[in-house]
Amino acid sequence: MSARAEAPALGERAEQPARTPVRPPGLAATVNALLRKELLVELRTLESVPGMSLFAVTTFVVFHFALNRNSVEGDLAAGILWVTLLFAAILGVNRLFVADAEEGGFDGFLLAPVDRSAMFLAKALALLAYLAVLELVAVPAFALLLLGPSLGQSLPGLLAVLALGDLGVAVIGTLVAALAVRTRARDLLGALLALPLLVPVVIGGARATAPLFSLTHATGPPGRWLLTLGLYDLVFGLIAFALFDFLLED
Amino acid sequence: MPALLLEGLARHFGEREALSDVSLSLAEGQTLVVFGPNGAGKSTLLRVLATLLRPHEGHVRVLGSALPQEAWAVRGRIGLLGHEPLLYRQLSARENLRFHARLHGVGEARVEELLEAVAMAGRASEPVRTLSRGMVQRVAVARAVLHDPELLLLDEPYANLDPAAVELVRPLIGAACGHTRVICSHDPSGGLAEADMVLGLRDGRVSLVAGAGDVESDAIAELYR
Repeated sequence: MSARAEAPALGERAEQPARTPVRPPGLAATVNALLRKELLVELRTLESVPGMSLFAVTTFVVFHFALNRNSVEGDLAAGILWVTLLFAAILGVNRLFVADAEEGGFDGFLLAPVDRSAMFLAKALALLAYLAVLELVAVPAFALLLLGPSLGQSLPGLLAVLALGDLGVAVIGTLVAALAVRTRARDLLGALLALPLLVPVVIGGARATAPLFSLTHATGPPGRWLLTLGLYDLVFGLIAFALFDFLLED
Repeated sequence: MPALLLEGLARHFGEREALSDVSLSLAEGQTLVVFGPNGAGKSTLLRVLATLLRPHEGHVRVLGSALPQEAWAVRGRIGLLGHEPLLYRQLSARENLRFHARLHGVGEARVEELLEAVAMAGRASEPVRTLSRGMVQRVAVARAVLHDPELLLLDEPYANLDPAAVELVRPLIGAACGHTRVICSHDPSGGLAEADMVLGLRDGRVSLVAGAGDVESDAIAELYR
């Protein structure tokens, strides 16, 4: 197409061009497009993950001095890790839809002939990725600064608990972020809505992690807490998936 | 069947009526130019037609589909160029267009074709935040027509564009494109030259609706007094 193609004079009607039939993308292709965009924007701005990671490491340093202890174990260690991860995650939750709200991303998406649930899935996956990177930084920092028992044997169990916890945070965080982003007090509202909903995730995560951080070195996390976390993720995943379309509506 | 059919359309924001009792019909391939002072309801009208806002009263049919019930059927057939470019500032023009192309199931060749068409191929890899307003508007035009929409909704489409850039985008969004268009304008002579039909809005109400041939520039100017 030439930019200066022979345009009819103003007011002169052109022939209606033949419209190329376009097949709307499926759910997977839409999620893929949105996720790629999401990660690209984060890579360019570095607005979420570095802040989350720095917050977590700083919090561990504060705990280190505030508790006046070189090491913690058991319940206390698990509690410190999960509460720190929760607050760090809230920073990411609050930023999740900001670029879309401020730069017209919502409108651009809503004009496309795509399944709106794709945005929920892409955002939840992006948040999951941010949490994984956060934990790549935070867990070694925690082990170095505070944790008494070594992580070696308990690492596979810890990874399983973190994965289930992250899933819950990603699902609930995405739902809450979509609710809060269109309000003026979005930073406050996001945290106020997310924290109560995420308390069960923190309880489940901390209870499942505590035996892994004990001096006696449990072989794995307790199954009932893993099951609790899994069920909570599933229930909120279904609720969020069902509600998300309505949150995008006018 | 008309491309647009509005009967008693109303839309309010809280207590404020942004649009009230708007009725008109626009045939396929024709251009409706909407005039009116700031806050008259022009942009709200475009957003209702784009399915981004629900009509609160009246009947609205766009490309044969009733809104809001059948909004899904017209998404992807509408191109919106509003005040916001709908581009991510941290991404380049090419990345933005590729993203929208994927959402509309359009191939990447179309992206390159449009970057050439709006003379942005040379700056296509630079973040949108580093581009001038005119350049951003050219990329926004490319975004709006990326999926070859049947209905173009254009809110002051030539704002921020220099005369050369206006000529550049005219084949894409001007009369030459041949699509049904709704244009919001503050330029009586330029707007009338593009119009088949004219709608004048004031405080959300219809002050004028007529064929372009029946409207004088003075009547448009009167809307702004």
